[in-house]
Amino acid sequence: MELAVFIICSAIVLSGALGVLIANNPVHAALFLVETLFGIAVLFILLDATFLAAVQVVVYAGAIVILFLFVIMLLGVDRADDLGIEPISGQRPLTIVIGSSILGLMLTTLLISVSGPTGTSTSVSEVSLGGTNTKNLGGTLFHDHLFAVELTALLLTVAIVGAIALARRLKGPLQPIPILETTNDERPSPEDNGDVE
Amino acid sequence: MMILGTDPLLSGNVDLTVVLIVLMKVGIAFVFLLVAVMLMIWFERKLISDMQNRIGPSVAGPWGILQTLADGIKLFFKEDLIPERSDRFVFKLAPYLSLIPAFLVFAIVPIGGDFRNDNGGVVTWFGRETLVQVADPPIGVLFFLAMSSIAVYGVMLAGWSSGSKYPLLGAVRSSAQMISYEAALGLSIATVFLMSGTLSTNGIVSGQSTWNWNLVTTGVVPFIIFVIAGTAELNRPPFDLVEAEQELVGGFHTEYSALRFALFFLAEFMNVITMSAIAVTLFLGGPNGPILIEAIPWIWPPIWFFLKVGVFLFVFVWLRATLPRLRYDQLMDLGWKVLIPASLGWFLLIAALNIANDQGWQSWIVILVGLTAISVGALALMAAIRKAKMQRASQAFEEAN
Repeated sequence: MELAVFIICSAIVLSGALGVLIANNPVHAALFLVETLFGIAVLFILLDATFLAAVQVVVYAGAIVILFLFVIMLLGVDRADDLGIEPISGQRPLTIVIGSSILGLMLTTLLISVSGPTGTSTSVSEVSLGGTNTKNLGGTLFHDHLFAVELTALLLTVAIVGAIALARRLKGPLQPIPILETTNDERPSPEDNGDVE
Repeated sequence: MMILGTDPLLSGNVDLTVVLIVLMKVGIAFVFLLVAVMLMIWFERKLISDMQNRIGPSVAGPWGILQTLADGIKLFFKEDLIPERSDRFVFKLAPYLSLIPAFLVFAIVPIGGDFRNDNGGVVTWFGRETLVQVADPPIGVLFFLAMSSIAVYGVMLAGWSSGSKYPLLGAVRSSAQMISYEAALGLSIATVFLMSGTLSTNGIVSGQSTWNWNLVTTGVVPFIIFVIAGTAELNRPPFDLVEAEQELVGGFHTEYSALRFALFFLAEFMNVITMSAIAVTLFLGGPNGPILIEAIPWIWPPIWFFLKVGVFLFVFVWLRATLPRLRYDQLMDLGWKVLIPASLGWFLLIAALNIANDQGWQSWIVILVGLTAISVGALALMAAIRKAKMQRASQAFEEAN
């Protein structure tokens, strides 16, 4: 039963990931990404990590990909891009080299490892720790690793403040961003790029 | 597998009876939703006619009650158009992305069950103990949030794939609205989690079995935020900018016709019913209520549940007949500058009270300090907004001159 679910989900995840790479239309690529994220959510459920599965759907599928779609639709790049242009020269050969070396590394790890590629498997499931999944996760995050969580929150706050500082246009003596003279009005402005990534 | 949760039906041996009971529950939920949508559309049209001094549907069946059925059959047999410039696959997919989450959410709502004496809603059907809900997953209400975030895709992709400007504008508007209000919705639900200490709907309802409804224990504010944010999430008036006829023709479903339009319509009304059911579950004690006639105790919980849901449905129609539509900037202001800060502040207050209970602090001091902190924060926020407005106004003035 578990094996069957794992195989089906892996097929969904992998086909979605391939679709993201192959699809010509950016909106279709984003939809394939959603497919991948859903497959991962089901895999989380298979591992008894139900809270993570819910968060996966709410945050990734429900918010982040929606924002991707938003940007794609608002910038009007939802038609097939010309894939003939290489923005950075030598990008394609480099991709092949790096991609195949990472694949090789992973396969080697899988083959030579004794106790599984990720070490001895641990679990935050209800069976192993007692208490519910969500409680265990909350305890781990906000009790054991509170400092790291707070640091991450600070980092995110800084990122938001930075994005706002980049996006607003100030008049008068304070002018943090030099206004770039773009030749083509159709291109997205540099501020927009900062928001997206 | 833990995903199906605490239902005693599935903890033992799964044999044919168990499978049949589960199938029966799914069938009942499915048929119930379809019939409820049919009645709800009729109810809304009839009620709004009364409020506007009209008669409303009156020909098909007694009091026009079969009007929805007639409309459904008409839509079913109409020609199905697909715009030439549309993205055909996504165009066909979008209505189902709206409809399926609407169906699924209802699975976690307990519509009956015996919650007296810490019974946990367990009833006995055909010699098996079970809960009167299709599934009780441990993530409970998070499932509802997940499904409502999936429903955004239906609206967004429908608008985009139509390949025309009004649907696209409607889709961008509505998805921005739904994402903004989802945050307030989630935060108001989080206070309920704090009070009941569980995510499961069955657990939340069990915790309210002695008249201690979450409406009171969370202090009313989260309930108000939930209802406002829920109305916006449903794209119901006064938050129906998505389908503002004067501006956007029909909004995201302008290009849809026949059966696909009917699916969107169905999903919309189904969402109204499930949102009401979720509100009842979270804040109004679900099927809890007094057992009036002891001879048939099993019939009272569903009756109380449907009565409470009916109150919400009435209120939704009432709002539509009463309130004018908000402007887009007012909508965003209300969501981001009022509802989200208010729900965050209230969440912190409830959390502080919980800790005060654990540590044995004086709760009135905590409330006083908490309310002071919240009002200081609110004042700071209002000052910041005011300052920004003044700055923008003076900038606009400079530019104009």
